Amino acid sequence: MAELRKETSQEMGLHDEQLKGRTQKKFFSIDESENLTYFHSFDVDTTKSATIDALDMTPREINREIRELMEKGIGDITVDNPMSRHGVGVGILNRLNLTFSDSLGYFGCGLIDGPNVHIKGRVGWSCAENMMAGTVVIDKNAGSTFGAAIRGGDLVCKGSVGARTGIDQKGGTIIVGGKTGAFSGFMMQRGRMIVLGDAGMNLGDSMYDGTIYVGGEVEELGVDCVQADMTELDVRYLTEKLALYGMKTPRGVEKMQKHTSGKMLWNYANLEPNEKKLIL
Amino acid sequence: MCGIAGIIHKKAGKGVNIGQQMTSMLQALKHRGPDSTGYAMYGKDNGNQILRFKVAEAADLEGSYDIHAIIKDRLETVNSRLTELGVKVVKKESPTEYAHRYEVEFSGDMKKVADFVEDVEGVEILSIGNSLELVKDLGDASVVSDQYGLNDFNGTHGIGHTRMATESDVDIRSAHPYWAYPFSDVAVVHNGQLTNYWTNRRSLERSGHRFSSNCDSELIAVYLADRMSQGDDLETAMKGSIDYLDGVFTYLVATKDQLGMAKDVMAAKPMVVYEGEDMIALASEEVAIRTLFDHRIETFDPYHGEVKVWQN
Repeated sequence: MAELRKETSQEMGLHDEQLKGRTQKKFFSIDESENLTYFHSFDVDTTKSATIDALDMTPREINREIRELMEKGIGDITVDNPMSRHGVGVGILNRLNLTFSDSLGYFGCGLIDGPNVHIKGRVGWSCAENMMAGTVVIDKNAGSTFGAAIRGGDLVCKGSVGARTGIDQKGGTIIVGGKTGAFSGFMMQRGRMIVLGDAGMNLGDSMYDGTIYVGGEVEELGVDCVQADMTELDVRYLTEKLALYGMKTPRGVEKMQKHTSGKMLWNYANLEPNEKKLIL
Repeated sequence: MCGIAGIIHKKAGKGVNIGQQMTSMLQALKHRGPDSTGYAMYGKDNGNQILRFKVAEAADLEGSYDIHAIIKDRLETVNSRLTELGVKVVKKESPTEYAHRYEVEFSGDMKKVADFVEDVEGVEILSIGNSLELVKDLGDASVVSDQYGLNDFNGTHGIGHTRMATESDVDIRSAHPYWAYPFSDVAVVHNGQLTNYWTNRRSLERSGHRFSSNCDSELIAVYLADRMSQGDDLETAMKGSIDYLDGVFTYLVATKDQLGMAKDVMAAKPMVVYEGEDMIALASEEVAIRTLFDHRIETFDPYHGEVKVWQN
């Protein structure tokens, strides 16, 4: 593959796949900290704990209860009996240790920016959609569109996941302990996906950028997705990343397959308006 | 959208209350489709055939002054045609004015019976079988269950559907499940959209199959009936459907002693499976399966293009 032309945005480190991530490098300046505080984010103390019994609660009541505890400064919350309900643990915009003692339904932990979430069960479709930062760790399986459009953070499923994992992924890392279904990495734009098991058909279909590592067999690559050479940096990155979550691949990370976009499809040189304000 | 659910007990013995279990699951899926709810449940086979049919749509009751007389006429015609064919009705039940359940003694050609009865204007056979009871009507699961007295239904397995009408009307005709005419005891529920419905429908109609609605899901029931009439077993017929059907789908099919599930190659429609030692439960969402348990369960999502069949 010919050497890629360096655009202005690349030179400024916007999508050069540095391990530190672009936002940390360029945007989080202490001088701008007041611009980086969300409405409805709370300063919590992770040494203060509380438990919610959600057995007879609606998703709205569970989310409200989590918010009220955070308002009180509680930073370590356990939700018992979530009963596979949909849309819980969403919209949390500050650091928080949040544990669900059982499975969640659809759209669990969506639109989050900062919390560390542990789900001691499985999740339905679209877990952690649009996640910005933080970690979400699922002990069992996950449904389809796992980590759709995530922009940052680590999203980890220790079991297998459904189809279209990381569809429209724009950053962050998705780790799958088992296998992933068809069309994983569809329209992926940035970030990394690490699959320790097999990947279904059309892996990385129409991907613009980003990297997909697969430890098992790939049923079929999608359009625009190509196999790339593993480097020492890849091996080091994978080893350290997987160690964070106590995961490993039976064949060793050196034998994982790396996949990237085969065509230069992106138009990142055309920055979004607020990116231009910060850079130019 | 639409929600589908199924349950099969491997060691049911005299049967468990699957009516209540199915209602519980379907009610939890109400948000996926509030227009109509349907059940295909399998009870005890006492040697007789069970004929479920309707002589009008629920909405017809509000649309015509003389509908009650029309319904009475249609029912009398059905009764006389059954008598004419030598079908002995041993038990009659009428949960509603328009929906009827007959238990009949008949050892002849049930397809001929179905065709002759359906020839009466406004009459549609919902199901025929030794143990299949197919019930569908407008409203959510609790409404339909109360209306048809399904909360005490004992059996071995069943499938159900909550419908959000998209490509056809909100009426009983377009509600699921669909009976796989003319096969007794075979029913189908589907979540998705089929894009080669008309092409395949025309082809199957030329082969002599009948469609009772314009709902794309009926194609699955008719296709499976067609394949099984040519000697396929259920699993083989279902595997063939993965290529035959174009579009997005997850469907469930039940026979007298089996429950099957198939998912399209893009895995575009959801399905969650609980596979226990004594019972298998499936639903579009885990939240439905959880209504059956007061403890943690292990579930999984089937993969793209996957077909699974369970035996009771």
